[in-house]
Amino acid sequence: MTKILKRVYLGLILLFLYVPIIVLIVQSFNAGKSRAKWEGFSFTWYGQLFNDPSIMNALWITVSIAVLAALFSAVLGTLAAIGIHAMRRRPQAVMLTLNNIPMTMPDIVTGISLMLLFIFTKVERGYVTMLLAHITFDVPYVILSVMPKLQQMNKNTYEAALDLGATPVYALFHVILPEVMPGVITGAMLAFTLSLDDFTISYFTTSPLVQNLSTLIYSQARRGIKPTMNALSALMFLVLLALLLVVNRRTDSEKA
Amino acid sequence: MTDFRVPAWGYWIMGVGLAAFIVMLVMYIRRNRGFKRPLFASPYVLWLVVFTVIPCLLVAYFSFTDYQGNFTLDNFKDFWDSNYTARKAMDPEEMKMYEEMGLTLEDLGLERGTININTLVFSLWMAFLCTVICLLLGYPAAHIMANRDFKLGPTLVVLFIVPMWMNFLLRTVAMMTLLEDNGVINSLLEAVGIGRQKLLNNVAAVQVGMVYNFLPFMVFPIYNVLNKMDYKLSEAAMDLGCDKWHTFYKVTLPLSLPGVVSGITMVFMPAVTTFYISRLLGGGKVQLFGDLIEAKFLSTSLREWNVGSALSLIMMILILISLGLLRKVDPEGEGGGMV
Repeated sequence: MTKILKRVYLGLILLFLYVPIIVLIVQSFNAGKSRAKWEGFSFTWYGQLFNDPSIMNALWITVSIAVLAALFSAVLGTLAAIGIHAMRRRPQAVMLTLNNIPMTMPDIVTGISLMLLFIFTKVERGYVTMLLAHITFDVPYVILSVMPKLQQMNKNTYEAALDLGATPVYALFHVILPEVMPGVITGAMLAFTLSLDDFTISYFTTSPLVQNLSTLIYSQARRGIKPTMNALSALMFLVLLALLLVVNRRTDSEKA
Repeated sequence: MTDFRVPAWGYWIMGVGLAAFIVMLVMYIRRNRGFKRPLFASPYVLWLVVFTVIPCLLVAYFSFTDYQGNFTLDNFKDFWDSNYTARKAMDPEEMKMYEEMGLTLEDLGLERGTININTLVFSLWMAFLCTVICLLLGYPAAHIMANRDFKLGPTLVVLFIVPMWMNFLLRTVAMMTLLEDNGVINSLLEAVGIGRQKLLNNVAAVQVGMVYNFLPFMVFPIYNVLNKMDYKLSEAAMDLGCDKWHTFYKVTLPLSLPGVVSGITMVFMPAVTTFYISRLLGGGKVQLFGDLIEAKFLSTSLREWNVGSALSLIMMILILISLGLLRKVDPEGEGGGMV
């Protein structure tokens, strides 16, 4: 009896979490514009989606920023992690605290503080500023996923490479990097999804002319969502699901 | 944006800072006779200073200055009296003129107001409520899934993780379409015969949206801790004569506290600072502290920006205090707050 109750309870919670998403996906196949009436199955909105310049443009901005931010933060974060790992105790503690700031600060404050920086330095807000902001909030997560790999590594291999005549940069590429690569890739993927999802920080660091999907949805939501947005949401949900499955398989195989 | 008065020393500090960074770098290399590994962190050090430290200092700078760049504490006075700076900026001559015309402060929209502090209290209350609801809903769910006899548990957890990574805005919009006047729930209500209800644009809708958005962040850390817990401990308690309720109360619950703490952190913090959930589901009728800050920065009046900075600073300090308190409960960070 309790067993059934428990399952029903879990089912209800999952229902609460998934009904809005499922409704959104179902509506994306609705032939009519109405949200309440089912007017037959169709791919109309998916077709229109690819012909909507504002959505396609936002999609391009979102994805390209996510890719670039993931790449930049992977490089910057991995280098930083290696450096911080080799530091003495006091500077290491300082660096780790500083690294925690972007993660603990509320998004809205991060966004506003970066906006103030761009206005203060008279940099026009747009694509580049959004990219810089995304890198800023991505790097700490890369460092967090690379750090454990460095701690697992044998300390002496790097020193041995130097003793045998390798330059620090050579040793970095041929000794340290291969060892920490799984952490780098996990970190980059984390950065990619975070950047794909971000709304608040993008909202404050871009101009209304350069919109990513989140800011576009926000500006549309107040006037009422277009059915094409439902189609896009459904697609994004599927992409995210696929990404998560890939990441999960990665972490599973790492554990094995 | 309009003309921001940037003091010349601002540029000086930036230039001098960059020069100091380079000098320190060179000195470090010379002292250590060559390239040492900590130097790999130097690009990120520069990045942190430019994109994290300086922006934070800028927020502090704007909160302690007026729109002309003079030091002032007025922005913080706005926190208790929402029209303080606006009233002060009013030309006294003009003020006298209005008074002679028989216009009161209320007519001019300059009366004493407590909207700022009231909104903060309301935001804290909403976030508190959201955290409690998430805890009450999430803990049992995590507990059920972490049970070793429940084979489906690990699979179901993935279902809880997926929404965590989904675009928050998308999820909020999904909730919005569900609650709309001609949305699915209302159609169902009509079909059943209850008739359409106003479900959107009220406090309840915002609260539902907050719980909906943040619930997975409560479930996941608690599940993590419960899953890693040594199940033999609760078995031992049972063997020694504890009943089910006492085993939970005396053994499982205390051991799962780190997960609860990080769950609370991950729900409460974003709930206090959110602004889009209240905007989309509250339709402008429900204002949270985040909305207030956003509105200040959307304003074209620079005075508002200084006040907005002060409010951001207050929020930042509030978050740091609550984080410090939570860290006292869970000093090891065992809950594994981040995924």
